[in-house]
Formats: sequence, C-alpha cells, structure tokens
Amino acid sequence: MSVHPLIDKIEAQQLRPAEGEGSLPEFGAGDTVRVHYRIIDSGKERIQVFEGVCLGVSGAVNRRTFTVRKISHGTGVERVFPLHSPLIAKLEVSRRGRVRRAKLYYLRNLSGKAARIREKRDW
Amino acid sequence: MAKMMLGRKLGMTQIFEENGTVLPVTAVQVGPLVVVGKKSANGKDGYSALQLGFEAARKFAKEGDNRYRGLTKAQVGVFAAKKLEPMKVIRELRVDEADLDNYEIGQVIPADTFAEGDIIDVSATSKGRGFSGVMKRHNFAGFKASHGVHESYRGGGAIGMSADPARVFKGMKMPGRYGGTRSTVQNQRLVRVVCETSGEGESQTRAADGVYLIRGQVPGAIGGLVEIRAAVKKHR
Repeated sequence: MSVHPLIDKIEAQQLRPAEGEGSLPEFGAGDTVRVHYRIIDSGKERIQVFEGVCLGVSGAVNRRTFTVRKISHGTGVERVFPLHSPLIAKLEVSRRGRVRRAKLYYLRNLSGKAARIREKRDW
Repeated sequence: MAKMMLGRKLGMTQIFEENGTVLPVTAVQVGPLVVVGKKSANGKDGYSALQLGFEAARKFAKEGDNRYRGLTKAQVGVFAAKKLEPMKVIRELRVDEADLDNYEIGQVIPADTFAEGDIIDVSATSKGRGFSGVMKRHNFAGFKASHGVHESYRGGGAIGMSADPARVFKGMKMPGRYGGTRSTVQNQRLVRVVCETSGEGESQTRAADGVYLIRGQVPGAIGGLVEIRAAVKKHR
C-alpha cells in the first residue's frame, strides 16, 4: 500500500536498475546463488562471496530482502541481504531449484541428503 | 542565524547511505514560508521575532463567498493590511534584533534553508491516544499473565502508603489522557533534502518547496504539521 506518492518517488530512486549495469539476474526461492558482497575493512574494500540456497524473497520496493542459507563447517549459516543495497556488487545464479513453496524455511529442520533441492529443468 | 521550516509529515521509509547502511527516515514535505510580520524588542512587543506563514488558506467553495476556511475576518484583515495572501499557519521564530533588517514582509523563505547533514530539532503534536492506562502512558510493567494473577494484568498496583501519609502524593503516575501534546525530538539529522531547483547558474531560483528526509521518527500523525528548527543542544 502506498503511503504517499512522494514517498513512492523517493523509494523508486533507491532501486537498482531492472536491467543493464547494476542489475541482478532474476532468482527466487530454491535457487543457489553466489552473492558478491562488498566489505569495507579499515579503509580497504574487498569482495566476499556468500554462496547458498535462497530461502525466499520478502518485502516490497526498496525494502526487498532475500535470505541465503549455506552449511559452513557443518553449521547452518543464514544471511539476509537487502536486494537493492549498493554493497551487492554482483549476484550469480549457480543452480535453479525446483520448489513448490515461496519460503523454504523447512530446510532449517533438514540436513544432509534430506535438504537437497531438485534442479529445475525446462524441456 | 536562526532558522526554521514548517512542513507536513508524509510518512516513513528507508534509504541506503553510500556505505550501504540502511537508514530509517521520515519524509516531511516543507515550505515555502512567507514572512508575514516582524516583532521588535524596541516596539510594543518587547522581543524580536519573525512571524512566518505557511500554506495558503483556501476560500469557501461557494462562488462570491469571500470568507476563508479556518480564518476569522479579523485574521484575514491582518493579511490584507500587509497585502499578503491569507495563510493557514503562522509560527514565530525568535531572531536577533540586528537580523530583523535582513527580512522584509512578504519575503519567501525557501525549503533549502536547511542543508543535508544539519542537526535539527523537530516539533509536532503527538498522536492523541485518548485515556490510556499506565502501561502505555508511563511504561509500567503490568502484571504476569499467569501464576495466579487475576483480573489485574495491566494495572498499576498500589499508589501509596497507609494512615501515614493518608494521601496520594502529587504527580503520582496514573491512567489519563495521553498524547495530543506538543512533542520535540532533539538532535535529528537531516539526511537528504529533495528540492527541485529551476533554472541554472546565476539565475537559479531557490526551490520554494521540497521534501526533507529526517533520520528517525517525527512525532504526530501523517499529514500533521511539523516544525523544524536548528538544534538547540547540538552534540558531537
């Protein structure tokens, strides 16, 4: 719901371009994504890659965020990224998953073989 | 120099800073203000101030009806005497006596009076909450929802002692009217000023109205009048 047309305008300015430079490929729940995230440490900038399964995308307009889950040294790690954050340098989709839900929170209770996601095939 | 701006609260959103931090901001549509009066310490007023008007008053819809909505004939007359359009809102801004000469009646104070990064105090009438209990009004903790508590989950408990002092002390926090009063939030940061300036270079006219994005919350309901002044207790 829109609060005020002027707020819509301010929010629209925050969005990254839908295509071309600075845009992200389309992805959704179940896809395995590689997020290239800018980290600024003691004045130096480097890029860290966080790869994992996207559990879902939530929020609207400039508040849109997505959750990525990966298993790191046997422990589940989840990170929430703001979709339109200037700190996301790049995002790659390394695998498209076939899922029947918008939010894959059930993966948190599964591990190993049970936590696999079938690959999406188009033919 | 004393500065002031008036506006209407639009609502809240969030923006990204350049380093990627997400800032919660309140959008306020501001200005322009018109100087409608001057008060001088030497005159009958006894103190120096500017009277600033905001938002043109509207006439009644009926053709030939020269009354203005929300203004008495006397109020309209004050504007007419100065050859100004009647304004809905008037607020005073205290300025130094010496600065009074820098302003003329009818002068427009543009929205870009404040710049990005300024530290400001924001005043407005807070949302009226009606007759509220002590939990909402005074942040009391209430009682437990279980463990034998009965019919007293949100109460305030005892309000005094016994036969001595045999009265309730003044200022005891109790339920009552809450909200709907003037409230000021100090030391807010003006994150962004969105103004549309027309023209280029020397001939550029300063934007009359614009939108301020203020970090954090602003008192009052959406659409409420908001007063913005330079911070009185700047810290940092």
